[in-house]
Amino acid sequence: MSDPKLKVRIATCSLAGCFGCHMSVLDIDERLLGLLELIEFDRTPLTDIKHCGPCDVGIVEGGVCNAENVHVLKEFRKNCKVLVAIGACAITGGIPAMRNNIDLWDCFQEVYQYEGGLEGGQVPNDPELPLPFDKVHPINEVVKVDYFLPGCPPSGDAIWRFLTDLLNGREPKLDYEMLHYD
Amino acid sequence: MGTFMSKTITIDGQVVPFKEGQTIMDAAMAADVYIPHLCHNPEFTPHGSCKLCTVKVNGRNVASCTMPAVEGQQVLSDTLELNDERLSLTQMLFVEGNHICPSCEKSGNCQLQAVAYYLGMMSPHYNHFYPQREVDASHPDVLLDRNRCIYCELCVRASRDVDGKNVFGLSGRGIGSTLVVNSASGLLGDTNLAATDKAMQVCPTGALLKKRQGFTVPIGQRIFDHHTIKDVQLGDKHE
Ligand code: SF4
Ligand code: SF4
Ligand code: FES
Repeated sequence: MSDPKLKVRIATCSLAGCFGCHMSVLDIDERLLGLLELIEFDRTPLTDIKHCGPCDVGIVEGGVCNAENVHVLKEFRKNCKVLVAIGACAITGGIPAMRNNIDLWDCFQEVYQYEGGLEGGQVPNDPELPLPFDKVHPINEVVKVDYFLPGCPPSGDAIWRFLTDLLNGREPKLDYEMLHYD
Repeated sequence: MGTFMSKTITIDGQVVPFKEGQTIMDAAMAADVYIPHLCHNPEFTPHGSCKLCTVKVNGRNVASCTMPAVEGQQVLSDTLELNDERLSLTQMLFVEGNHICPSCEKSGNCQLQAVAYYLGMMSPHYNHFYPQREVDASHPDVLLDRNRCIYCELCVRASRDVDGKNVFGLSGRGIGSTLVVNSASGLLGDTNLAATDKAMQVCPTGALLKKRQGFTVPIGQRIFDHHTIKDVQLGDKHE
């Protein structure tokens, strides 16, 4: 990160999340343009890069709810110097973790068989589908996480503060009103 | 005043007067010194269970909400070490229950959350237990969601000591603790609890909620969204 000509390379992904945190990144608004002078993207939902390569910063939205999430998360950890958990789901499991005390099969039946307006009532069982876990977990229960940025989602201002602190080599610090869990 | 010498302790070097019978917490609050706390509410007999109010007195850790103030005590409270320990206790409270703030009506008005904000909690740190806890929606006006209960016993004390109804109790130990309801069925709907009871006003978390109040105040406009629990709790005292 020391060479000023080199841009900071950032990868992002959404695991068991709703993309709300990614949407909140867009709330940085026109400051995003200035930010793009300093950073470049590796794998993100905005680029078509399928696998995370060597990066300075990895930003992960969402918790871990299936086997594929674990593979993606481990790839991020392996390739990113700094790994950031963004949003309630990555940090606590969040809304998806509300299923943690419901039997997984009961969940499937409710969604695919009992719910009205369904044809066939089949629980999807394609071998290509990732294996779901019985519980959703925050990402720090699977890999080491360097920074946490809570919120559901964190505000654009909080994300902006966090990123500019990080890019300027400061320890990220949120103002009181930027720190919230909802 | 004149010839009358009031007794004093010091908290973080600040001289704080106290009256006989006051705890360190009482003296601190009267002097506008905030010591983080969750199971303490000055209207009730201290319970001393959450340990968030732990301070160092002459080198020993004690719960300030139960420890009587004694002349000459040198109390340390707002130190890096004690605030780190408070943060760890708060993080344990989060992972021992199921606190999904984005889906909780108490969010923004919740003291557990507010203490976490005050202590700068960026994550619950420990592995989540995701314990199995029961929700009781049997009462027409009240929801009891045990996922969010921190066993502070404030509802127990309020129902017993103020409402005279004895609706709640704690049962079991450690991670097996539960908040129990005093009716033959064990259901809240079979008690004489009323939504206007004191027990309904003291819960620091979203474990006890009035029904049909959801989002009357939008997220982002609630008390701890803009004010620290320190300011709110010291301010309350003057009301
Ligand atoms: S009780 Fe408080 S900490 Fe728990 S989920 Fe509700 S707002 Fe969050
Ligand atoms: S229901 Fe609320 S007041 Fe009662 S013990 Fe639990 S957290 Fe405390
Ligand atoms: S406030 Fe003193 S132990 Fe809980």
